[in-house]
Amino acid sequence: MNTKPFQKIYTKLEGVTKATVTIKAENIMNDELAMVGDRLAQVVKINGDQVVLQIFAGTEGINTATEVTFLGESPTLNVSDDLSGRFFNAYGQPIDGGPKVDGEKREIGGPSVNPFRRQQPSQFIPTGVAGIDLNNALVSGQKIPFFADPDQPYNEVMAMVALRAKVDRIILGGMGMSNDDYLYFKKTFESAGALDRIICFMNTTEQPPVERLLIPDMALAAAEYFAVDKNESVLVLLTDMTLYADALSIVSNRMDQIPSKDSMPGSLYSDLAKIYEKAVQLPDGGSITILSVTTLSGGDITHAIPDNTGYITEGQLFLRADSDTGKVIIDPFRSLSRLKQLVIGKQTREDHPQVMNACVRLYADAANAKTKLENGFDLSDYDNRTLAFAKDYAEDLLAIDVNIDTTEMLDTAWRLFARYFSKEEVSIKQEFVDTYWK
Amino acid sequence: MNTTGKVTSIISNLVAVQVDGSVAQNEICMIECEGTKLMAEVIKIVGNKAYTQVFESTRGMKIGSHVEFQGHMLELTLGPGLLSRNFDGLQNDLEKMDGVFLKRGEYTQPLDTEKKWYFRPTAKEGDIVEAASWLGEVKEGWLPHRIMVPFKCKGNYTLKWLAKEGEYTINEHIATIADSDGNEEKLTMTQKWPVKIAVTAYDNKPRPFKIMETGVRAIDTFNPIAEGGTGFIPGPFGAGKTVLQHGISKQAEADVIIIAACGERANEVVEIFTEFPHLEDPRSGRKLMERTTIICNTSNMPVAAREASVYTGMTIAEYYRSMGLKVLLLADSTSRWAQALREMSNRLEELPGADAFPMDLPAIISNYYARAGFVYLNNGQTGSITFLGTVSPAGGNLKEPVTEATKKTARCFYALAQSRADSKRYPAIDPVDSYSKYLEYPEIVEYLDNKIEKGWVGKVYKGKTIVQRGKEVNDQINILGDDGVPVEFHDRFWKSELIDFVILQQDAFDKIDANCPLERQKFMYNKILDICDMTFDFKNFEECATFYKRIINICKQMNYSEYQSAMYDRYVRELAEIIEERRTN
Repeated sequence: MNTKPFQKIYTKLEGVTKATVTIKAENIMNDELAMVGDRLAQVVKINGDQVVLQIFAGTEGINTATEVTFLGESPTLNVSDDLSGRFFNAYGQPIDGGPKVDGEKREIGGPSVNPFRRQQPSQFIPTGVAGIDLNNALVSGQKIPFFADPDQPYNEVMAMVALRAKVDRIILGGMGMSNDDYLYFKKTFESAGALDRIICFMNTTEQPPVERLLIPDMALAAAEYFAVDKNESVLVLLTDMTLYADALSIVSNRMDQIPSKDSMPGSLYSDLAKIYEKAVQLPDGGSITILSVTTLSGGDITHAIPDNTGYITEGQLFLRADSDTGKVIIDPFRSLSRLKQLVIGKQTREDHPQVMNACVRLYADAANAKTKLENGFDLSDYDNRTLAFAKDYAEDLLAIDVNIDTTEMLDTAWRLFARYFSKEEVSIKQEFVDTYWK
Repeated sequence: MNTTGKVTSIISNLVAVQVDGSVAQNEICMIECEGTKLMAEVIKIVGNKAYTQVFESTRGMKIGSHVEFQGHMLELTLGPGLLSRNFDGLQNDLEKMDGVFLKRGEYTQPLDTEKKWYFRPTAKEGDIVEAASWLGEVKEGWLPHRIMVPFKCKGNYTLKWLAKEGEYTINEHIATIADSDGNEEKLTMTQKWPVKIAVTAYDNKPRPFKIMETGVRAIDTFNPIAEGGTGFIPGPFGAGKTVLQHGISKQAEADVIIIAACGERANEVVEIFTEFPHLEDPRSGRKLMERTTIICNTSNMPVAAREASVYTGMTIAEYYRSMGLKVLLLADSTSRWAQALREMSNRLEELPGADAFPMDLPAIISNYYARAGFVYLNNGQTGSITFLGTVSPAGGNLKEPVTEATKKTARCFYALAQSRADSKRYPAIDPVDSYSKYLEYPEIVEYLDNKIEKGWVGKVYKGKTIVQRGKEVNDQINILGDDGVPVEFHDRFWKSELIDFVILQQDAFDKIDANCPLERQKFMYNKILDICDMTFDFKNFEECATFYKRIINICKQMNYSEYQSAMYDRYVRELAEIIEERRTN
């Protein structure tokens, strides 16, 4: 970011906090960028001639005589096809040793799509993972997070799903990612030969936390270029949104805002919605699908971050370690895809919705049986059968290492029904039972 | 000359303005920003400083920007053509806006000013009229849209002149009225009304005495909502709030449906945009969209306009109620509205109440709910607004401020339970926690006696008791074990499961089961209660479970079949046979 010659340079800071500086300046625009020394900053508050700047890299070592110049614009990204295959930092500068990207300069965090111009998401995105395709089918234009504890392999699952999904472009926004995970993503994409359709914006744990706030907007500005201008189907991966929200709370804290639940800013819902609602099915065929990660602490989804996320996104995929099979499964109870009704039974086989529900109901019966067992009661014959079913169901369908197509998933489910239950116990619409009972 | 001013401070969308004249609380002003003018509302005045909330992003705004005050509050344009439109929270017609992205500072005409409407006068020159008196009507879709004396008129007027039958645009002179001093006023088919003020141009508001059919068994049978009643649906995410609301909007027995999508997902609104124009209204045979207005402020649209959107919905509802129509207003979700209030209160640095919400939140919510209701109009006709709001309690915890404040004011409570959603028992309306206060109204009891059958409410309570006892018994079985309790306990538990599976659960995605008319509900409910009265012979609890599962399976097949079709009758006979196998009384 080079300063332009005619710009006024300010040299007297009035105040410095851990994340912001205050300066007297005139004719400043709200949200405008500025350079404080060599650090990028953004206007967050103006009161008369008092301007408060949030410094992304933190204020460590900032001297009150540091030079401040205003850039006259809000954060931008240069967009063009040359973004493909490149790795950038939070400011959109290359970190892969390649040249600067030329292209049209676009403001990030721009306006929202007119809801009336949106199309209804309608394209099924198969992933081969039955826990997703069978129970929680993904649809293009959807936004859905993985809810996972920090020790679960969410980044691996996400990388796998991204590579299997049939999309034109994958954009990865990494927030507070460990350097090891960053290298893992890079290597996985490389070895899959998918680098030419990947774009990556990365903030690792080695970099200042407040910089993360730019990552989703950067990634989505690039996504909008490919989806709107090029009519491509774009998959955006955002990991980890919990760390993004933590950065929000740091800034709001420094600005003396009254915190609401779990010391998060009162605007958390709107802040997250602005990002997630960029997911869209466009009228001309392009789409942006967002797959994100929200890490939980001890599976607690009532915490403000997963809670607000759940109200914004179209469902969630819940990862859980299954003790029966020793595998990581996609929890059928707590996972949900709100858009699945648009495609299941329509782009997949007709019995899909009912089979899905019957499986989950029987799995719930197994959970009850397990509680009985733990409380030391005798199990009925039915209980024992549900338990056996649950084990096979987890192993053959819920585990994240399953990779089959949906018809095969449905056939597997019917096979399990027939193995353990009578037709009455499964209780599915008669015409499907007549056709598919194995 | 209107008051003008200059911007003196900017914090996100809270902008302070130094003014050169008088300003009013809630007055609208336009603030210049990068070549466009942004709409804002005054929310606090200190000396000659007005604090405004801008309805759009303030990115790029500068200190010293010019501000023009408009001399009125946020108001809507009311007139023919409101139906089948999709507005944003400020009544801009989303369909008329160009481009894929919303442009800041773009405001559109809410109504079509070119379209000719066929006007038929219904009043006579010389009539004494008052606010909301009907002067004539035009056909909007197939609904009679009454042209009324503006709500803001006070006292009695004489109708001096009324246009002849014929075609007029909404802005053409249609009538002249004169007050007692002879001051004449020219009227058109449109009028303006500030959204935050309730329309009270009616005679009186009695207690609701009818129920509104929704086609959802868990509501109509177990906890009916009254026409002109209020209800709310709290529930954690994923519990099926939206599916339930959409179902009600498609099936409810209303003339006009207004959906205020307040801070919710855009794709859900798109679902309505996509589906409603194709959905047939079962009662008129016309398309559902023809009698629907959508107010849409999705979660990524500016926060301040979110607050306006719920009021916009209510004001349009009041307008149609004044025409003697039954209006159903749905707001999804009122929690987002409360959060918008919280964000502004926070920026204004007000002392916070519980969970950082503003102190007056309960008062704001109850004032809003109070605008719904059944009314007798001045001309003896009736109209109603039935209001259903959803609440999205943080963490699914019903002890949070928005839920508690709403519970104090709404008469029906449809609690969606996570545990039911987890086991896919949809709709996840908890049968024990939910209630409808209307079941206690003698007017409603009498109405149901006539509408369904004598003693119906008694039967409803009987079913509720069976469910309640089933739940208690289930807890005991879980503690003592299947063998630790007598078989009768299992029988009691399975009778409650029968009600749950057959009456309370309903498949919103099945073409037939999604909408269950009252007559069908009566038949099924009586059938189930009959079974609950029977005693059966079981040797052990497994026999009991197997038996009831067979009954449930048959009853579910009945729910999936066309009512009184050959298939349906076959299942009825099959059910009777199964029952006879073990019946002892």
